[in-house]
Amino acid sequence: MTNTILPCTALDETTFFTLRQCCALCRVNAQIIHEMIDEGVINPTGNNPQSWRFAATQIKRIQITLRLQQDLRVNLPGAALALDLLEELAELQGLVTTDNP
Amino acid sequence: MKFKDYYQALGLKKDSSQDEIKRAYRKLARKLHPDVNKSPEAEEKFKEIGEAYEVLQDPEKRAAYDKFGSNWQAGQDFKPPPNWDAGFEFSGGGFTQADSSQFSDFFESLFGKSSGSPHARPGFHPHGSFHARGQDVHAKIIITLEDSYQGTQKTITLSRPGVDQSGHVTTSPHTITLSIPKGIIEGQQIRLEGQGAGGSGQAGNGDLFLEIAFAPHRIFTVNKRDIQLLLPVTPWEAALGATIPVPTLGGTVDLKIPPGSQSGKKMRLKGRGLSSAAQSGHQYVILTIVTPEPVTEAQRKVYEEMARLMPTNPRQGVFP
Repeated sequence: MTNTILPCTALDETTFFTLRQCCALCRVNAQIIHEMIDEGVINPTGNNPQSWRFAATQIKRIQITLRLQQDLRVNLPGAALALDLLEELAELQGLVTTDNP
Repeated sequence: MKFKDYYQALGLKKDSSQDEIKRAYRKLARKLHPDVNKSPEAEEKFKEIGEAYEVLQDPEKRAAYDKFGSNWQAGQDFKPPPNWDAGFEFSGGGFTQADSSQFSDFFESLFGKSSGSPHARPGFHPHGSFHARGQDVHAKIIITLEDSYQGTQKTITLSRPGVDQSGHVTTSPHTITLSIPKGIIEGQQIRLEGQGAGGSGQAGNGDLFLEIAFAPHRIFTVNKRDIQLLLPVTPWEAALGATIPVPTLGGTVDLKIPPGSQSGKKMRLKGRGLSSAAQSGHQYVILTIVTPEPVTEAQRKVYEEMARLMPTNPRQGVFP
């Protein structure tokens, strides 16, 4: 078993990806990313596809959306809604635990 | 090997219609989907109902499964009788078109394995498998708040799916050491390129995505980057002010409580939360006043003296 430290990337708000990198990472084509942007699932910085930069935290939103679509057969607006509600739920749960430790 | 009651898994009776099976599965799938349901058992249950549905939604597989039905109980030791599937025909070439690599031994003994599929992953269902590249693997890693505060190294062992020489899907233990970056927070992921499932042929491995979760801490709670501590103080510390040693993730610091502090007062220790290179987190200290019970006569006298010297109605202006 190896004990060398493997190179890794933290997908936090300091890491950004181009559209091409984002597609490769999530294994989807650009069309799907365009649709997710139109639906408000993700929100890159930049004005056009060439200058778009995706914060690495958005990768998880893309992955969850893909899984919800695949596993629960929800359409894109439905997945976007679920994602927003899940985020709100997580925030509320965070407040509950910090208020009642 | 234990017998699995697929009807029980979906909460159904054996004479349920195909429509009832579909409805029961979809309802449970929404409830148990690991992205929706954060309880640790959800993923396992989600896989179980997926396996049950894979069998029951297919009339051919269901008929074959029903052949045992009445004679077996869930959890009973099970061995399929020789030639049990004689007389049944399964369409679609193989026994299963689904990704059966995640299904149980029980399922495999009845319906076989999907062979040669490089798309196995121990977590969620595969998606976007356009290439013969190995599947991405998603797993959770539980770290302490201290791990994130300082950044650390972790060695973990996962079971990695792959494809053996005969083309069957296998899993093998996979030990990796990685560095946990300082200031990573719950829900964020770490990506390890090429550390996912093995690909088939010349194709490369998938990636490994590790999602961070925090182990519950003895004294701190956490909300995103900020950590919070309840600090018990005496009424005189709150009233007169005090300097109190307070634990933080980076060691004890002295916190100055201003005179006249109330219970619930929130104080900030700047930068004492989970700070990354780009963003800082803080520690919030919330005062909670602990009132000592007067036990002796002298102690009771002190409270009476306070009542006399400081007549206060804390409800004034609060209640109509």
